Amino acid sequence: MAADLFTHVLRQGDRALVLSHRLAQWITHAPTLEEDVALANISLDLLGQARHLFTYAGELEGEGHDEDHFAYWRDASEFRNPLLVEQPNGDFAVTIARQVFHDQAAVLYWESMSDSGDTTIAALAVRARNETAFHLQHSAGWLIRLGDGTDESRRRAQAAVDAMWPFTSELLGADDEGALRADGLIGESIESTWQVAVADILLEAGLERPTSIEQRTGGLHGAHSEHLEPLLHEMQGLARAHPGATW
Amino acid sequence: MTGLLDIVRSVDDPELPHLTIGDLGMVRDVAVDGRIARIRITPTYTGCPATEQIRADVEAAVIDAGYEPVVEFEMAPPWSTDDISPEGRAKLHAAGIAPPAPTGDGPVSLDLPVPCPQCGSRRTRLTSAFGATACKALHVCDACRQPFESFKAI
Ligand SMILES: [Zn+2]
Repeated sequence: MAADLFTHVLRQGDRALVLSHRLAQWITHAPTLEEDVALANISLDLLGQARHLFTYAGELEGEGHDEDHFAYWRDASEFRNPLLVEQPNGDFAVTIARQVFHDQAAVLYWESMSDSGDTTIAALAVRARNETAFHLQHSAGWLIRLGDGTDESRRRAQAAVDAMWPFTSELLGADDEGALRADGLIGESIESTWQVAVADILLEAGLERPTSIEQRTGGLHGAHSEHLEPLLHEMQGLARAHPGATW
Repeated sequence: MTGLLDIVRSVDDPELPHLTIGDLGMVRDVAVDGRIARIRITPTYTGCPATEQIRADVEAAVIDAGYEPVVEFEMAPPWSTDDISPEGRAKLHAAGIAPPAPTGDGPVSLDLPVPCPQCGSRRTRLTSAFGATACKALHVCDACRQPFESFKAI
């Protein structure tokens, strides 16, 4: 069945929310104070994007659901985020490799959406693209320093790139959104641009671009890895223990 | 309703206490119909946690002025740092925060040296794109040796 705009917006909101939560797990654990602040800021930007996307998803769905419903009251099988963003933080190199792959896709995605026939998404896209450009500058800068650093940082950066690579194809679009593209609601495919841009970053970092690693997919359709459920348990625990609580 | 427009514009931004939401260019429209005042505001950064506080502060200011507020946040057209008024830019500079560069068509690279708000030198370096609030980056000036913040252009 072809995905509708609601499903598309939900996928984007889930991507932003789950990655936001992963980055928030670094707070007080980052390698330096500045990095702690940076990861918290990126997390907050993603959370803001998720809130806008969920609010809009609720309008499209028309069943009276608000942003909190989508964040707190769905189970893992109802989440539609790509598998990449639910992968555990690992060491700092894994977090950075995950972030580079994500940020490059996000910049291109929002760029492609600024011409969307849907004016709500197009307006969000302009600001989200500019915010995400700062995220990419940060993550790519780190990957280049790690790859071009010591033997140990290079070894870990390459291991991280290899570990995250199998989750990248899902970032570049879903297999059931052709009708949305034909209707001008979503932009052109970002796949070839992403491949070139990421190859450039890896080249500058002196890291190998993985080639023959099998891709893993399913998150966009609700088939998640074992890592999403514990993340949701942590994120949703308070809201579910105290429904309707405010502060 | 110039009077009410001025009142709404003079509400302080919670994260930049020396700037008002009028200085930031967030107030799109104020329309009064009887006792009802409809206020249209555009949010700044998507991740700005101050949005709910701004709504509450605007509502309180409008109620003080004798009207019943209806505050709406609108996304389109999107806010940009180009919407910050000349007064707002002057206030940022006076507070030691480098005002944002004009954005033109897209994001401004943080690699371009930002003039130091303390001594005016362009011999400055970015130390982190992420500061104490979502809208600011951290720099250091090699001329006067002082760290400073800049307002990121988006
Ligand atoms: Zn200086």
